[in-house]
Amino acid sequence: MLLARVIGNVVATQKNQRYEGSRVMLCRQIMPDGSDMEYTCLALDSVSAGEGDIVVIAQEGWSASTAATGKPGAAIDSAIVGIVDYIDLLPEEK
Amino acid sequence: MQIARVIGTIVSTVKNQSLDGRKLLIVQTLDADLNAKGDPTIALDSVGAGVGELVFWCRGKEASFPFKRDETPTDCTIVGIIDSEQHVYRK
Repeated sequence: MLLARVIGNVVATQKNQRYEGSRVMLCRQIMPDGSDMEYTCLALDSVSAGEGDIVVIAQEGWSASTAATGKPGAAIDSAIVGIVDYIDLLPEEK
Repeated sequence: MQIARVIGTIVSTVKNQSLDGRKLLIVQTLDADLNAKGDPTIALDSVGAGVGELVFWCRGKEASFPFKRDETPTDCTIVGIIDSEQHVYRK
């Protein structure tokens, strides 16, 4: 799973029907200390995450599909599965 | 999933039967600022995307799920068309 920050979302009218009703969020991977990494990706929202939230993203089909739509078998490879409240790091890792 | 722009099409006559009637498109993956990232790749179309359009693709086994014959051999499928560049909202 990835630690990421929600940096926006995209609007797509024409999309796979299993995506109906879900929000497609634009996310940037971050380090545990909160600094940005280069990798960005799209993920379906399953926890009502908003822009600026630090989230946990599952990048595996069955998990992402089940989390975002309630059923497996959708063409979804990543979903936001949790909103991070805080991160505890060892002092030497900060 | 990743944002990408469709930059071309591929014509293939001899191909796996499950790919009959399917459109193969060349896509350039983009980052959050819509700048090109990495090399162009080939994606199967499931939503009627065309050259020049902003789309997003799904990778892995899940890429074959939009098709009725879900044994369709693809590892990258276009699953949505982003309405326009202005519809990519970001900080």
